[in-house]
Amino acid sequence: MLSLSAVLFMLVLGATCGAVLSAASKIFYVYEDPRITEVEGLMAGANCGGCGYTGCNAAAVAVVVGEALPSVCIVADAEAAANIAAVMGVDPGTAEPLLSYNTCAGGSRAAKKYFYMGINSCQALATLYGGQRECQVGCLGLGDCVRACAFDALKIGPHGYPVVDEMKCVGCGACEKVCPKDIMEIKTMSQKLLHLNQYDDRIAPCQQTCPAEIDIPKYIAQINNGDYEGAVNTIRARNPLLLSCGRVCPHPCEDKCRRGIEDEAVSINQLKRFVADYEMNSGRRLPVSVAPSTGKKVAVIGGGPAGLSCAFFLRRLGHDVTIFDAMPKLGGMIRYGIPEYRLPKEVLAWETDGILNIGIEHKPNVMLGRDFDIGSLIASGFDSVFLGIGAWKDYTLGVEGENLGGCYTGINFLTNFALWQQEDGAKDRQPFVGKKCVVIGGGNTAIDCVRTLIRLGAEEVSIVYRRTRKEMPANEVEIVAAEHEGIKFTFLAAPTRVIGDEEGNVTGLEYLKMELGEPDASGRRRPVPIEGSETVMEIDMLITAIGQGPDVFFAKESKRLNEDLNLTRWDTIDCEDPVALQSSIPYIFTGGDSATGADLVVSAIGAGRRAARSIHFYLAGEEITPPEKTLFTNNIPVSIFESVPGIEKSSRTKMPELPVDERIKSFIEADLVINEEDALYESDRCLQCCLTCYNKDVA
Amino acid sequence: MGYMEIIIGGIFVNNILLAQFLGNCPFLGTSKKMETAVGMAMAVVFVLVLAGVITWVLYAFFLAPYKLVYMRTIAFILVIASLVQFVEMFLKKSIPALYAGLGIFLPLITTNCAVFGACILNIDKELNFMKTLVQSTAYAVGFGLALILFAGVRERIILSRVPKPLQDTSIGLVTAGILSLTFYAFKGMI
Repeated sequence: MLSLSAVLFMLVLGATCGAVLSAASKIFYVYEDPRITEVEGLMAGANCGGCGYTGCNAAAVAVVVGEALPSVCIVADAEAAANIAAVMGVDPGTAEPLLSYNTCAGGSRAAKKYFYMGINSCQALATLYGGQRECQVGCLGLGDCVRACAFDALKIGPHGYPVVDEMKCVGCGACEKVCPKDIMEIKTMSQKLLHLNQYDDRIAPCQQTCPAEIDIPKYIAQINNGDYEGAVNTIRARNPLLLSCGRVCPHPCEDKCRRGIEDEAVSINQLKRFVADYEMNSGRRLPVSVAPSTGKKVAVIGGGPAGLSCAFFLRRLGHDVTIFDAMPKLGGMIRYGIPEYRLPKEVLAWETDGILNIGIEHKPNVMLGRDFDIGSLIASGFDSVFLGIGAWKDYTLGVEGENLGGCYTGINFLTNFALWQQEDGAKDRQPFVGKKCVVIGGGNTAIDCVRTLIRLGAEEVSIVYRRTRKEMPANEVEIVAAEHEGIKFTFLAAPTRVIGDEEGNVTGLEYLKMELGEPDASGRRRPVPIEGSETVMEIDMLITAIGQGPDVFFAKESKRLNEDLNLTRWDTIDCEDPVALQSSIPYIFTGGDSATGADLVVSAIGAGRRAARSIHFYLAGEEITPPEKTLFTNNIPVSIFESVPGIEKSSRTKMPELPVDERIKSFIEADLVINEEDALYESDRCLQCCLTCYNKDVA
Repeated sequence: MGYMEIIIGGIFVNNILLAQFLGNCPFLGTSKKMETAVGMAMAVVFVLVLAGVITWVLYAFFLAPYKLVYMRTIAFILVIASLVQFVEMFLKKSIPALYAGLGIFLPLITTNCAVFGACILNIDKELNFMKTLVQSTAYAVGFGLALILFAGVRERIILSRVPKPLQDTSIGLVTAGILSLTFYAFKGMI
């Protein structure tokens, strides 16, 4: 009896509760997107809050309303993310994985500014003192991020700063939130590729100075650890032409190397070449990761360093890229301007093939303004255009007789020669080589001309330059190599007249002797002619290599471009912001020589990435203007030292090169790669600088 | 027993968390951050008062008259769980703002022993309806007070040097013990 009433009571109570609840669910029914339940079902259901939302339901709502990515759940795996993406009807690929990484390599070697007891948290430290290291922006090293990581993906490394285990990191962002110094950052690959050096970045002077912004200390550390593939990937995050740069870059980074203040600078570029050659000789291309496709099409005009770099980064950011190039093969000025002995074309081809391999289309032998124009590109569905047409038009002397037979211009001569050497179809282009040749100019083009001439069998080759050796803009190593190869130099000589014979061939060059006066705008002392010092030199071949500018005939001949595309008075494409590189026509971007006039390969590579960044934001409809704190090859004042205590002198690894008598007979590469032992020794010389701290040789 | 006594007793002297040790799981689980602690405290006030009243009605009008007092545990659990579900649905429809604020905490209270414990205590003390209402409110406020105090302490603990074996929940329990001792000072007030 007793139990019967109990059972009855429970039945009634249960039924009542059930009825009330089911009625309530009808009465209080709120329309909810059915996808929310579906999405929630696919999440881990742990209600852990790791994603930043209060529980799985809140996260599911955020996904459905589009606030969160399908990959928001940090516990569920990639498959779940793909399923959620399928529910939402979006491409799961759009969710690029986020990865945590540390932006400070200073760690515990930066001296402590404050000493105190009782607190072992970065948060507390930052609150109490604003930071304890000598460096204002560096890692405090107390490991709040390590404690915040729920996935055991972070630990404080042997050098006192956090190290991320990329296999374990899920990109939840807990470390980023907890770090009071903003050392930890959570970014997708694309975001990392888009980053420009900032004034508050923790970067060494070499990385600040590099026009391509390569993380130099990182790749040297990787070489030092024997991780050559890692080093290649680090370089490739900023520079797709590492084989070429490793050979021809005049390495402005080495001028700012901290070791160079007390000792000889680290031979950064040879280390780059070492790992680049390592990859090529390994016979295996390292995979290059590419972001999911965005479906946008970009035309890159010009397959030189700027165009290749821009195309490479645009492709990695997920855009479809086509390179239009006027020449038969890719490389632009580094193929047709830089001679074989400096950059073997086989090496360059391996490099450009690797760039095309990531999914870039190449259309050779088509020239803007001759075979197509901007309008036809837009009509065929391109969303944006990068103009990387380089600077291929030689400046002329403007003196009498420079069009005589036997007179050439620098780029013209080098290009013709390269075509004759490389193209089977260009055998009629055999270059004329004189006996007594003179090249006018002091830049790299002039040096390339003389070194090419001596290899072609010219008996006497000399350079005529109106200033002195000190003012020559060519790379020092190139000048030295030319001297070794027997080139004569005539300094302080300004050509005034080219003399020819009755047949119209050049026979002599008249020049005025000069002396150095006051420094001019470029800081170099201005040469002043000495009255009545005319001298005549006997020659039978003359090459003028006094500089070059972009050939913008396509713009001048097109009515619309002529009006809308602003050019500077040097014929370069005018862009208001040298970092954004957007031309006066919003969908046209530029970079490299066509924006700056003739400049370094590495500058063009940097500009290519900056233009790719602008195009990426332009296509996404986002702000193109770079952040105000953008460094743009300036230096962060606190990081530039007068002296560097604690450095023991150690000699820089010499670059191996072919003996002179051997190399001037052929176009075989003259500079050789350093061996592994030397590379390890050289990488040891790197001080592993962060913003202000570095590894001292003597403790 | 006057209302004042009930209020002071419920909040301080017989604090449901620190004197009666009920509801320790949300006490430790949601006290790491002040924000969550406040959310939880609000949700407990809301649910505990409602549950206290409903269970009193259930007891006074059904269980006691039909001599089914021994069924109260299972009956109360069923009623409280249904109540929370009902309240959640009601809030979602009628007061979306409050629903958004209490968010995830409402369903968590379904399994909160402090709510159930308070209901049982009310019945054991044989309070009338009004006193049950006041007592439940006092218990809930006491729960909220203790939870928010504790969250404040725990936010400070993060900044101090805790020996490794004692970190996190261990030091939390030690702190809860000390906090409980301080509440013993209220013993004998009533």
